[in-house]
Amino acid sequence: MPHTSTTEELEIIEAGGGGKPPSFLGGGDDSSPSGRSGIPQRVYVTGIAIGMAAILMFFMAFASAFIVRKGVGSDWQAFPMPKILWLNTLILLASSVTIVRARHFFARGDRESFRHWWTVTTILGFLFLVGQLIAWRQMVISGFYLATNASGSFFYVLTAAHGLHLLGGIVALLYVGRGKLRRLTFATATEITSLYWHFMDGLWVFLFLLLLLGR
Amino acid sequence: MVSRKSCAGSSVPAVLLAIVILILVGSTVYFHVAKTWWFPAAITPVGGQIDQQFFVTFILTGIVFVLAQVTLAWLVFRYRDHGQKARFVRGNHMLEVVWTTATLVIFVALGVMAAHAWGEVHFGGPEPGALQVEVTGVQFVWNFRYPGPDGKFGRINPKDIDASTGNPLGLDSNDPASKDDIVTGDLYLPVNREIELMLRSQDVIHSFFVRELRVKQDTVPGLVIPVHFTVTKIGDYEITCNQLCGLGHYHMHATLHVLSDADFQQWEQKQEAQNAQAGQ
Amino acid sequence: MSSHASPVHHSEAPKGWLRHYIFSLDHKIIGTQYILLGLSAVTIGVILSVIMRIHLAWPNAHIWGFANGVVSPEDYLRVITMHGTLMVFFVLTTVPQSGFGNYFLPIQIGAPDMAFPTLNMLSFWLTFVSMLVLLSSAFVPGGSPISGWTAYAPLSAVGVVAGPGQGLGQTLWAVSIALFCGASLMSAINFLGTTIDLRAKGLSLMRMPLTVWGWFITASLALLAFGVLLAACILLLLDRLAMTSFFIPGGEMVSGVLLKHAGGSPLLWQHLFWFFGHPEVYIAILPAMGIISHVLSTFSRKPVFGYKAMVYSLSAIGFLSFMVWGHHMFISGMNPYSALTFSILTLVIGVPSAIKTFNWLGTLWGARIHFTASMLFAIGFVSLFVTGGLSGIFLAQPALDLYLHDTYYVIGHFHLIMGVAAIFAMFAATYYWFPKMFGHMMNETLGKIHFWMTFVGVYCIFMPMHYLGYAGDPRRYASTDAVHYLARLQPVYVFISIAAFVTATAQLFFYFNFFWSIKHGKKAERNPWRATTLEWQVSTPVPHDNFGGHYPTVYRGPYEYSVPGAAEDFIPQDVAPEQVAKA
Repeated sequence: MPHTSTTEELEIIEAGGGGKPPSFLGGGDDSSPSGRSGIPQRVYVTGIAIGMAAILMFFMAFASAFIVRKGVGSDWQAFPMPKILWLNTLILLASSVTIVRARHFFARGDRESFRHWWTVTTILGFLFLVGQLIAWRQMVISGFYLATNASGSFFYVLTAAHGLHLLGGIVALLYVGRGKLRRLTFATATEITSLYWHFMDGLWVFLFLLLLLGR
Repeated sequence: MVSRKSCAGSSVPAVLLAIVILILVGSTVYFHVAKTWWFPAAITPVGGQIDQQFFVTFILTGIVFVLAQVTLAWLVFRYRDHGQKARFVRGNHMLEVVWTTATLVIFVALGVMAAHAWGEVHFGGPEPGALQVEVTGVQFVWNFRYPGPDGKFGRINPKDIDASTGNPLGLDSNDPASKDDIVTGDLYLPVNREIELMLRSQDVIHSFFVRELRVKQDTVPGLVIPVHFTVTKIGDYEITCNQLCGLGHYHMHATLHVLSDADFQQWEQKQEAQNAQAGQ
Repeated sequence: MSSHASPVHHSEAPKGWLRHYIFSLDHKIIGTQYILLGLSAVTIGVILSVIMRIHLAWPNAHIWGFANGVVSPEDYLRVITMHGTLMVFFVLTTVPQSGFGNYFLPIQIGAPDMAFPTLNMLSFWLTFVSMLVLLSSAFVPGGSPISGWTAYAPLSAVGVVAGPGQGLGQTLWAVSIALFCGASLMSAINFLGTTIDLRAKGLSLMRMPLTVWGWFITASLALLAFGVLLAACILLLLDRLAMTSFFIPGGEMVSGVLLKHAGGSPLLWQHLFWFFGHPEVYIAILPAMGIISHVLSTFSRKPVFGYKAMVYSLSAIGFLSFMVWGHHMFISGMNPYSALTFSILTLVIGVPSAIKTFNWLGTLWGARIHFTASMLFAIGFVSLFVTGGLSGIFLAQPALDLYLHDTYYVIGHFHLIMGVAAIFAMFAATYYWFPKMFGHMMNETLGKIHFWMTFVGVYCIFMPMHYLGYAGDPRRYASTDAVHYLARLQPVYVFISIAAFVTATAQLFFYFNFFWSIKHGKKAERNPWRATTLEWQVSTPVPHDNFGGHYPTVYRGPYEYSVPGAAEDFIPQDVAPEQVAKA
């Protein structure tokens, strides 16, 4: 954890929220101890938002390929939806709640509770990934390998791509949880991590529904 | 670099640029009017419509081309640095609006006009009674199949494909309808009768192109794409492949023979007789 | 420079050669690295096109580097594939945006660096690896792929049965493009973040130089387009390596082998590819448009005519570019009704392009034109853009496209408007910014020789290609032997080839000028072109953090030339109103 007071971090969260005019000088928020000179913290929030747009397009490409491919192929066979996906979805939704809790305690300056809920979120993220692997095993057991049928191929591609992106989120959670940051203030780090985490959660719900209804 | 002395030498590039641009415009106009390298005459009614649309577009773009290039040459010459002061102008709102509206109207009008010729080919199928021929692209040959006396195309089974035994399309011998199907390496069509080509591919994407027909259509494996037209002129025309299909792309070539009705019937009968012989 | 900002402690450049020049975080070094990468790519690309031209004009000519000195049909297709891929991705996408953009965007907006320097370095090195992977395909069994830069499935998807180069070579191609997508996405995030959040005080959106607008809109396109190509490449790799059937239909008999795939859609690849591919065309040309506006204004000593119209038309082009991909597929077998929609939208995207041309001509009107090498290339760009744009009007109409599609007409069209036009912008940018980048002037005489030979040369190469298209000459033919109507076109081939050799030779003047001037060029002043934007107000060479800790405040628009009442014929953006010298 950096040695900054909570009130300072609170201001930074507000600055990161985008309330500032476009000029980065004279704001004073760039002189934070861990920040680099001249680069405001707000830019990291912008960056992650832009990155999420790119990730969304990446998944939209898969999703539209999925819909088109189902429409043209006469060979389409729906794969049996692995049951554990329902549980996985619940786990991931829960992790969004816990990360909100963590940020809530962070804002109140309650370090202990923050750490607690942050760790819980990380563990839930891991559990989700393990659950996804179990779902793959369930697919294999029901006879759907990667190339068995295009429906199953899309299942593997979408879950793998999402899983890798979520793994990135877990790395961020661990990194922020460790507490040693460069360039980023702690407030910004928790903000962008949780933004990304919610995004991964929402994306999964979309993919889950797509697979469930579209298979 | 941009000192007062640069104005003295600035006539040379201005004049040169103007000359080069004028030569460009002149030669371009010349080659289009002289038709040195040009479209062969169209042999279908739709081809005539397409050529009409080409003509309109040539005139329109030609005028814009000449105007824009000559204006550029003139501006460059007229406003070369000869010690004058540049005008401080930020733009002209009115001109922008007029120009935008004008181009929008012209472009959309052009698009709507062109839609007519396109619709002629692609909306709606052929009249009943059109002659159906199946065209199959294979690396690196064209195969043409006629339904034969029964008027029905037989089933195709990819497992039966074997060019060396004379079954390049994989006609299924278990299907009686396939027995009398005629398969050729050149395309024979009767004049003045509506034709419907069914385009398919066995391996990768090819593209069926006959210049005089003004027909180009990709053949896509997994799809059967219909194209219809009526040829009005007897003669031999070249069929090429226009979509990169592998190392033999450049020699994927066949000939379209457009025959008189009598000649076509004679040809068809000869093929059927050969087929019957081979089938025994 | 006049600086009114509070000083921020400025950082020092890192010590050590490796950190300074190789794994640098400095956007200026990274920009230079991108430009040099592009320069090597364009060199290979031009050599490949010279090989093509020799082979096409004199099919029996012996060429060094090929088995028995003969360019076989598969060699020819390898060459076109590598030429296209290198030029489109590693030159047109890389140099105007990642090269010049990286170098000058932060300076022009008054920022110390890109927003995410580490990401910036990573995206360069990923691009570098991507290019190595692509080039390595030439040295694996089967060689480089033969499916063209568009890699249409199933030719690109079914593997080595489809032809030499379709084995490992095509796999390397797909991996290379996937890596390139990743690098471009990272780069786009950087450009957008930087432009949104790091602008100097007073630099409102409508005061940004048009170069910055070009880079900004381009980054938005890259952000939305490259993810789609990445997805497509992943699916293609799975089809190739894992026996899936995304793009490969059932019942495929290729070279006597019956494939086990089933139900895939070859058109799906085309939709995904062109959904990326059309914005990609604008990714190549939008930065060029920005650069040309910038250079025209500077050497016309006039504000850009219709600055706002320029910004709106850039944005309109960016927006519409995502709705026109279908015009690459008029003859692919897509729905004929949607073809009409794509046709109208494509013609509509011509409108903002027409606005831009109009405004470029408007900028020249009433000007006082300084014919520097940079300005000549900018004027040449306008001419090329008009020519290439008008041929696009033919291709936008499906009824006409079905004759011209996949003929040399298309080659002529896109080389003029996207290839050569963008290259002209890169030349204009190089002659323009070289003094700031290297502290020396390039030689103007050599620059002018370079311009004249290139300008005349490219027209002699690409105008006749339109005529070949009228005659129905299909592109990507290794030889004209099999088609009778092509025989009489041989003299045109020879003419084009000679023009190509002259044009290629002209580039030697550029190489020499470039590398010689880095050391031996005339020493450059801070602002040799007497230009208004921020990059010309900082010292040369540019300090490590661009502004030596004193960040500028912007008081005015970017193109205040020949303002009535002012003593000088230009007013820099960071000069306060009360400090402007009166005439």
